[in-house]
Amino acid sequence: MQSIRQNHLPDALPDFRNLGVISRILLSVNALALLFALARSREVAEFAARATEIAVSLEPVLLVVLIVLYAGSVLLERLPYLQGLLAVFAVVLAATAALFPLQLQMGGGGDSRGLAWSLVCAAFVTGAVAWYFHLRNRAFSPAISEARLQALQARIRPHFLFNSLNAVLSLIRKDPKRAESALEDLAELFRTVMADNRQLIALREELSLCRQYLNLEQLRLGDRLRVDWRLDPAAEEALVPPMVLQPLVENAVYHGIEPGIAPGLIEVRIERRNDRLWLQLSNPYHEDYQHRQGNRMALANIRERLQLHFDVEASLNTRIADGRYEIGIAMPFRTSL
Amino acid sequence: MSPIKVVIVDDEQPARSRLRELLQDCLTELPHVVAGEAANGVEGMRIVTDTGADVVLVDIHMPEMSGIEFARHLQVLEHPPAVIFVTAHDQYAVEAFEVNALDYLTKPVRAARLLAALKKAAKGARLARGVLESIDTAPRRHFSVAERGRVTLVPVSEVIYLRAELKYVTLRTRAREHLVEESLTQIEQEFGAVFVRVHRNCLVARRWIRGFERGAESENEVGWSVVLEGLDEKLPVSRRQWAQVKSIAG
Repeated sequence: MQSIRQNHLPDALPDFRNLGVISRILLSVNALALLFALARSREVAEFAARATEIAVSLEPVLLVVLIVLYAGSVLLERLPYLQGLLAVFAVVLAATAALFPLQLQMGGGGDSRGLAWSLVCAAFVTGAVAWYFHLRNRAFSPAISEARLQALQARIRPHFLFNSLNAVLSLIRKDPKRAESALEDLAELFRTVMADNRQLIALREELSLCRQYLNLEQLRLGDRLRVDWRLDPAAEEALVPPMVLQPLVENAVYHGIEPGIAPGLIEVRIERRNDRLWLQLSNPYHEDYQHRQGNRMALANIRERLQLHFDVEASLNTRIADGRYEIGIAMPFRTSL
Repeated sequence: MSPIKVVIVDDEQPARSRLRELLQDCLTELPHVVAGEAANGVEGMRIVTDTGADVVLVDIHMPEMSGIEFARHLQVLEHPPAVIFVTAHDQYAVEAFEVNALDYLTKPVRAARLLAALKKAAKGARLARGVLESIDTAPRRHFSVAERGRVTLVPVSEVIYLRAELKYVTLRTRAREHLVEESLTQIEQEFGAVFVRVHRNCLVARRWIRGFERGAESENEVGWSVVLEGLDEKLPVSRRQWAQVKSIAG
């Protein structure tokens, strides 16, 4: 059992800057409020009145709490889980107390039980939402260790390994120096692939992995492989899931370069636009070779990992335009966890 | 016995030079000459016919024409060379080779295995008919045309129409005509997605159809005919086929 437990992540507060987390809080709190209104009303007309009454006192507090948590999320993430949780409770109670006079003015909070009652409700709702995120975290933690395994499965194709080893063998007698550096690239590539791929890494590291991979492919494909990099230096420190780009570059070679006799171009464009990171990759499209397997699997795998790390804030899209296959990934630009 | 002539066909230059090195290593045990090397099937075919190669080392995984298709075209030759397939990792092909007892090598190739395969090939083991077709059921990308002792490979995408005439089938490209020794029915089965039958004796490539026009006379009745891209010639559509052909006419 020990080994299974190790797969669970320690409890952590959700990322309050994530749109998915924010919408989950909004929805669950309002759902609770409606349930509460329903429980306390005897007829339909009364339900509407109750719901309005609760909304008037609830929404301003909810809004303020979400803004404070958004602003303070960097600080909160540094605290241990229990302390962080206490801080969240403190924020909620403080906001409830601070906004209580306003509620009285607006005619809400007309409940005779006054401030104490509001505080009890707020604490109860916060506890319920925290419990929900705790459960969700538990449900997802095996998924994250699974994601690590999947990153391994999105691994380098055997086709690539054997062809590369063959290319290195062809160099050993004629150009031992180049053979050495090719083997070093190969070793480093596999070290990364076999590493623990749960944590986000700097884009810079992912790019150097891609370069090592392309060096090896260049060795065997020669002039047929051309790569055009357009990198925004401001983007290199961004945090990305490991192996988010390398499998796509590998696909670009496999589906875009290998099926052609004439030289083909792979374009990689990376940009930071405000708080978004954009990765774009394109390669020649060979209609006749679409039966070659493996593309969709890598895409599904990367999409899934993006979702695990960034929820609804990341996207991956593909399209075919002007004889080229294009992949675009957008995710939040982050430089710290 | 004169040394056997070996040709290497692989799209990757390092792979070709590695095979050359290994062949060099086998030289004392099995006298041979490397008659040439090619980066694709079309070039490979030219070198094999020019040199009269005895053995061809063929990579399976090549652009434009797979190694297996290349080997199929070699069988059109009067004296086809022995074929030794080379593959990095193609489980499907490897299983098929095992089943059919074909000789293959895996990359990286070992000198000892190469030597064994060459020795076997030098004895003149020949491929049984139909084996390659059963391994690679995907449509070919080229037709092989035997002309004056040579084999020309015509890309399927360049074929405008195929018409059966007496004993042969005429294959028409924009540039010229060729004769092929295959039946229209076989071709229609293999390339159903590429060609459409417009007449009992004629298959037309869908991509070269520009439109249809009325007024051509065939079998004493006024019917439709196909207008082609890049050729002035018009081909009659038989009444029987019109129902099917009509759907592409849109």
